[in-house]
Amino acid sequence: MKPIWIITKRELRSYFDSLIAYILLVLFLAFSGFFTWLFGSDIFMSGQASLRSFFSIAYWTLFFFIPALTMRLLAEENRSGTLELLLTKPVSDRDVVLGKFTAALTLIIISLLFTLPYVITVSSIGNLDSGAVFCGYLGLVLMSAVYISIGLYASSITSNQIVAFMTAIFIGLFFHILFDVLASSFTGLTGEIFSFLSVSTHFESMARGVLDTKDLIYFLSLIVLGLKMAEDSLAKRNI
Amino acid sequence: MDITVENVLKTYGLQRAVDSISFHVKTGEILGFLGPNGAGKTTTMKIITNYMIPDKGVVKIGGKSMPEYANELKRHIGYLPENNPLYDDMPMLDYLEFVAGLQEIPKEKIDERIREMVRVCGLNAEKHKKIGELSKGYKQRVGLAQALIHDPEILILDEPTTGLDPNQIVEIRKLIRELGQHKTVILSTHILPEVEATCDRILIINKGKIVADGTSENLRKQAQGQDMIKAGIKDGDPNEIFKALQELPGSSVVDFIDRNRNRFEIQSKPDHDLAREIFNLCVARKWVITELTPVETKLEDVFRELTMN
Repeated sequence: MKPIWIITKRELRSYFDSLIAYILLVLFLAFSGFFTWLFGSDIFMSGQASLRSFFSIAYWTLFFFIPALTMRLLAEENRSGTLELLLTKPVSDRDVVLGKFTAALTLIIISLLFTLPYVITVSSIGNLDSGAVFCGYLGLVLMSAVYISIGLYASSITSNQIVAFMTAIFIGLFFHILFDVLASSFTGLTGEIFSFLSVSTHFESMARGVLDTKDLIYFLSLIVLGLKMAEDSLAKRNI
Repeated sequence: MDITVENVLKTYGLQRAVDSISFHVKTGEILGFLGPNGAGKTTTMKIITNYMIPDKGVVKIGGKSMPEYANELKRHIGYLPENNPLYDDMPMLDYLEFVAGLQEIPKEKIDERIREMVRVCGLNAEKHKKIGELSKGYKQRVGLAQALIHDPEILILDEPTTGLDPNQIVEIRKLIRELGQHKTVILSTHILPEVEATCDRILIINKGKIVADGTSENLRKQAQGQDMIKAGIKDGDPNEIFKALQELPGSSVVDFIDRNRNRFEIQSKPDHDLAREIFNLCVARKWVITELTPVETKLEDVFRELTMN
């Protein structure tokens, strides 16, 4: 447990020291704030005290921001050779992957915490369904965790950050939208399978306030799969 | 703790980087790892530190084999990799604290160990800088400090003195010597005087195979075979001297080095005291000896002979 925490602490500090954390926070809050409150189908259009519009904005902003956070994590260590130093300490490959995963997830949770004023504001306007809000936030966290684990895998297969970023976006796109598109163009079992594979299906149902074990299992298994693949590709030391 | 490497084989594609090598390093021994670039030194070190898993063979440290007891054994190893990779964006002291944490040094001792490392590695003048702002020599010292911070029983140093100035090189060699009294040290280098100055034993490796193993004296003797003597002799006809030297019972091959100044190179037969014979010969003929030096084979020659071809 301890090495994971030490790695997490170092990664978090490096996010804040290198300004990446602040840039992410400002951009995320600016984007989601602008589209939630000021532009398009914003919160006032729906005529309801609900955060649905914020959740659907965050669904997209996080999708693009997370690969930018994760691309560096393993690729940079690979490129500079510091991975060798790290792994010859009493630290396992899994500790490294989990430490970096926790750091990125913590940063995402921090940025989501900064949107809590939205909740307070909306709940003062009308009767806010607190269960739906909780489920929506949980959905965002789980979705972020999925993309972080995919991003970590993408970062583990290369020593080039740009390649890691592109790979993460590419893999992510399938789960984020392509499976959904495929699901709508197939009927029957194939359609259902694609629909089940799509992150949006599960996220939508959580954002509506439905907490289903099926969704939880889906998210958790994707997270575990991504992390496992990252660990395995790290173990190959082939870069 | 001792280190045993048994039949370790590692291939990169078709190329055998390390080809079934075996050796043993005793506790408290300083082993110098020599070899031309690409001979397999670094790969062997990566295998000993468990960064890489060999295709075949076992590494045992203190009797325990590597992948199984990796987490326990890694605590006892201090490793300075080739090119000394460091986190450039971290302040040096934070970095040492990070490494101390990973090495599971108890919290109350971390400050003391960091202070000790700053002193031993001479980092005091630059200790508040970020690693990226340091000169190459200071980075190298930070690399050494992170390898030594948990006072490991085994030290693996891949080219520890690159980038240091001559004074620092002397200091680091002294430090390695001191550490080597209690620790097992493997250091790789291609600076030959460095091995002679610091190491108890030398292992020369070429194309993934061990080609020589022994103390520097042993290796010299092996390569040399018979003694060689350089002699300068005055007051005689060169050809006459040449002939007389050839007829000595102890000489096998005589060669001119410099015909005008009557300098010769004479190879002795085994179990003959050639120098005495030359001296007696010159006394008898009333020639004057201007030079009589035993030729030592340098480690460079041994190295070249074993690794060229």
